[in-house]
Amino acid sequence: MPSKYTGLLFFAALCAAGLCGCARKQAAESGAKKIGLVFDVGGRGDKSFNDSAYNGMERARKELGIEYSYIEPGEGADKESALRQLASGREGLIFGTGFLFTDDINIVSADFPDKMFACVDYAVNPAKPIAPNVVALKFREQEGSFLVGAIAGLTTKTNVVGFVGGMDIPLIHKFELGYAAGVKAVNPQCKVIVGYAGVTGEAFKNPAKGKAIAFSQIDQGADIIFHASGSTGLGVFEAARERNIKAIGVDSDQYSEAPGYILTSMIKKVDVGLYETVKSWLAGTLKGGVTELGLARDGVGYVYDENNKDLISPETIKKVESLKRKIISGEIKVPSVKENR
Amino acid sequence: MSARAKTALLQLAASAAAVALAFLTGALIMLLVGVNPLAVYSALFEGVLLNPYGLAQIIFKSTPLMLTGLSVAFAFRAGLFNIGAEGQMIMGGCCCALAGFSLKGLPWLIHAPLCIIAAMAGGMLWAALPGYLKAKRGAHEVITTIMMNFIAAALTNYFVMARFHEPETVHTASIMPSAFLPRLAALSSFFKGSPANAAFFIGLAACALAGWLLWKTALGYEIRAVGLSPDAAAVSGISVARKTMSAFLIAGALAGLASVNFVMGYKHYFEEDFTGGAGFMGIAVALVGQNNPAGVLAAALLFGALSHGTLVINALVPKDIVLILQALLIIFVITFDGIARRYAAANFGEKA
Amino acid sequence: MTEQIFAVELRDISIRFGKVTANDSASLRVEKGEIHALVGENGAGKSTLMKILYGMYSPDSGMMKVNGAEAHFSGPRDAIASGIGMVHQHFMLVPPLTVAENVVLGQEPVKGCCAFDSGRARELVAQISRQYGFELDPAAKVETLSVGEQQRLEILKVLFRGAEILILDEPTAVLTPQETTSFFAILRKLKAQGKTVIIITHKLREVMAVSDTVTVMRRGKTVGTVRTAATNEAGLAQMMVGRPVVFQVERRLKTEREIAASPVVLSLEGICAKSDRWLDALCGISFEIRAGEIFGVAGVEGNGQSELIEIITGLRRPQSGRLTLSGQLMDFEENSPARMSKLGVGHVPEDRHRRGLVLDYSVRDNMVLGRQRESQFCSALSRNAEAVAAFGDRMIEDFDIYPADGELAARALSGGNQQKIVVARELSRRPKLLVASQPTRGVDVGAIEFIHRKIIEARDAGAAVLLLSAELSEIMSLSDMIGVIYHGALAGVFPAGSVNEDKIGLLMAGGKLP
Repeated sequence: MPSKYTGLLFFAALCAAGLCGCARKQAAESGAKKIGLVFDVGGRGDKSFNDSAYNGMERARKELGIEYSYIEPGEGADKESALRQLASGREGLIFGTGFLFTDDINIVSADFPDKMFACVDYAVNPAKPIAPNVVALKFREQEGSFLVGAIAGLTTKTNVVGFVGGMDIPLIHKFELGYAAGVKAVNPQCKVIVGYAGVTGEAFKNPAKGKAIAFSQIDQGADIIFHASGSTGLGVFEAARERNIKAIGVDSDQYSEAPGYILTSMIKKVDVGLYETVKSWLAGTLKGGVTELGLARDGVGYVYDENNKDLISPETIKKVESLKRKIISGEIKVPSVKENR
Repeated sequence: MSARAKTALLQLAASAAAVALAFLTGALIMLLVGVNPLAVYSALFEGVLLNPYGLAQIIFKSTPLMLTGLSVAFAFRAGLFNIGAEGQMIMGGCCCALAGFSLKGLPWLIHAPLCIIAAMAGGMLWAALPGYLKAKRGAHEVITTIMMNFIAAALTNYFVMARFHEPETVHTASIMPSAFLPRLAALSSFFKGSPANAAFFIGLAACALAGWLLWKTALGYEIRAVGLSPDAAAVSGISVARKTMSAFLIAGALAGLASVNFVMGYKHYFEEDFTGGAGFMGIAVALVGQNNPAGVLAAALLFGALSHGTLVINALVPKDIVLILQALLIIFVITFDGIARRYAAANFGEKA
Repeated sequence: MTEQIFAVELRDISIRFGKVTANDSASLRVEKGEIHALVGENGAGKSTLMKILYGMYSPDSGMMKVNGAEAHFSGPRDAIASGIGMVHQHFMLVPPLTVAENVVLGQEPVKGCCAFDSGRARELVAQISRQYGFELDPAAKVETLSVGEQQRLEILKVLFRGAEILILDEPTAVLTPQETTSFFAILRKLKAQGKTVIIITHKLREVMAVSDTVTVMRRGKTVGTVRTAATNEAGLAQMMVGRPVVFQVERRLKTEREIAASPVVLSLEGICAKSDRWLDALCGISFEIRAGEIFGVAGVEGNGQSELIEIITGLRRPQSGRLTLSGQLMDFEENSPARMSKLGVGHVPEDRHRRGLVLDYSVRDNMVLGRQRESQFCSALSRNAEAVAAFGDRMIEDFDIYPADGELAARALSGGNQQKIVVARELSRRPKLLVASQPTRGVDVGAIEFIHRKIIEARDAGAAVLLLSAELSEIMSLSDMIGVIYHGALAGVFPAGSVNEDKIGLLMAGGKLP
């Protein structure tokens, strides 16, 4: 009977290690407010969403003087456990990165009513009210998408542009609808071809599928394709490179994925979202419920910098900036929900 | 002192040395990257052992590992490498959820056992094909079970998720409350907040049952004979093909059963990647547990504790360090265990 | 009288492996320059004692002297330094390397700082080879050598390392009779050059042929040392076993009329079969065996014996022919070992390690292999451990299996005792037909006699026995009827008594009787 005792011993050793360590921990306490962050499974290092969240926390640490700790769960079932662990510590505000945290945050927030939770892209269920200590951090992706749609509509030569979505869900529909509206606003004749990679989470990690959809759209005449599909989009970039058309990145600046072929990127400023949330939490003004960040609070935007300034004409930018002002002022309403679906 | 007691004591000492060395090495690495190892270890200790939630998490995490480990160990006793526990667990979970949300209006006493049977049947089904191919056609089970893993993942992903998934999620509809396994938290406030559930007792029972089956029944005698010496078994009239099939079916049922911890006890739905790799981890659990049920139980608890410990100290150190620590611990434990056994065999003649 | 200095002196050596005492106060004195045979049955502790001398094990108690000086070896390295060399039963050679490379392995001569000097290695090896008349080509690749040559190479390796005392563990087990003869010549040459040789064996004929002195071991103890010239095979066998050994078990020859009066148990008609490699293995085999008859099949191995047994025990389907068991015509399509054993066929397979035993099972568990579902050993679901233990222990007693420990793994027993397990198991089922293939291969003298006696007993109790053996003497001394198999066909069937070994030998070799 081997290793019958290994488990036991592991415990024993842990005890010993713990006893040595306890005393030290007290000394390490400091006055700073503490915040927790749980990344998505395998999310850290995605050069997008999760890394952006990390940047937001770093900025809050430097500028607002908070402390934070983060956890990278190893599997789906660890998400709840990780939230719970941070909630039972000194952390007063805990972030979950991604809509997959919705259920977990609902459960854990009920057990820790004196802690605040914030979930990026929280999936709002109209049937269930949001708990008072849960902040549903939403972005008006449709507004950013509208602007990149306008850029596409003004830049296309074939008058056909494409959209590749990941999972066919309302969250991604916001990108599609805003994009299409932006295209039509500046170029009513332009056709928008829409494709989705699937209906499961797998649809966000299937570059081969992304490439296939992009090829079919290019065959139908598309010369600019916007994707909102996670790593599936890498296939879209590959197709753009092979067929020499332009692609539009999503979430963060994706120029480096295919330099020269990325027209612009619709950026979702998760870092800004986190930073703003932390700031209002420190100020004591953070309330539960939906918080939406759009162009107005700089939650979304598009990329126009040294890399792509040769790809977009100054007139286009001028036009886009005026559209942006109109959206902020409320003059233009960007659609975000699909009708009769 | 009897040779057996001496051997046990020696193994205990070896395990202690292994854990100590792993922690020491881990501490050196932490110092290298500028993390205070004492703070990390104290957090580990507090988060895993001093904390009811931590203990409950060990129970929760070790339950599927126990069952997949048992699945691999059982097949191994018949001389088979079941690399397919992952796929069998996925299929088990899928069938369990299907039975859970499509059967309505049944009392708990009927519905819950039905779902457990569905989970076992799903795993069995997925083990039946490699079992048949091995028994009748001699196709190597390592290859076939690996392929079956891919098929299980893709099939459930495509078929179940496309037909049964809830909008804007990656999981199916929730199973009926009549199929829920009770949480331990419902029994005692000690376990408050933890998803640890009655599946743990199913795991314990499975360990006991597998041990009984292997060592106390004629079927177990035959299965082990086939594993140890297929030719002698065949000559003595034991049908190697039939025992291969039986062993595969039982292994599949055990792996399928591993899914109830999540599906019936935790989230109450089938979700993509819900296994968290427990099927593959089961191979390590079986190896560390020396393919015997008591060992598998101990190894599953160890791996469960490690898995939760990983999460606990992740807030303090980068994940890479945590993974290194985990790997170090496993390597040290199996190395020292091997040394202890060889020493025991040479010196007290206790057969290892 | 001054104390004589021995090349090797072991006094009261004891060593235990768990429950098994391998050596129990064993003592051995080997004079300088003699060939000393260490004999005993399998499991008597010969190899263990020699491994202690070679430093591979350290004894629990006892004293060891080499050339008069007390020695404490912590490993073979120390033993080698004291001039002791050992050649193991299984060769430890690197096949793709040359003879010279194998010899110098680990002590390579170097050129300059680190280059291997192969020319010098060959010279050195050629020189030793000539000195002892080994006739080995230093440049030959080991994989091209015969078994006898490989063995000489092993001895050469030991000599190269400066051994004065050579231990050879069962050196003739792998040799043909011709190779054995030339091997003995080499031993004598070594002795002439002043080397001391200890040879482990259980073949008494060889002991008589080559040794000067014999030490006999039994159950871990050394029971005596005698000058070879002062003893004979029967005397040594008695020392080994602890009682007089009968080489020819007594039995009453049955008359042809007596045999003809018994019912036919097994009848084969025109059996033809293919081998695993799909070559013709059996062609038109027909014979019958009656109750109370031993039908011996003599033949050089590989003439279809294995296929014949596999057909009768349900492991193989023939291409054509009929098999009738106790008057029932067998349908080969539905045949299986389980069915045949249910119909009363017992089987002692030729390869007991692979087919006769589950080596990692206890002796008790092996005793019920194939019977595990019988109601006496298994009730409803669970096995009846007490019944299995009681049955196993009774068999151990009946068959005098040593060590008499039913919980010991079969692997831990000597070959003879392992074979007794198989024979005990098969006979305990009171088979109508016993198929025994090479029942005494690799088994020591005492066990051979025992197994023969048990087979005769089964015959006398009315069992039909099919005996296949490569040992012609075994066939001659047990059979009532003798068949000779050659190239898959029976070359002749004779009542025992009506033929002699010469005639059978001629048929076995494919000759024709005048």
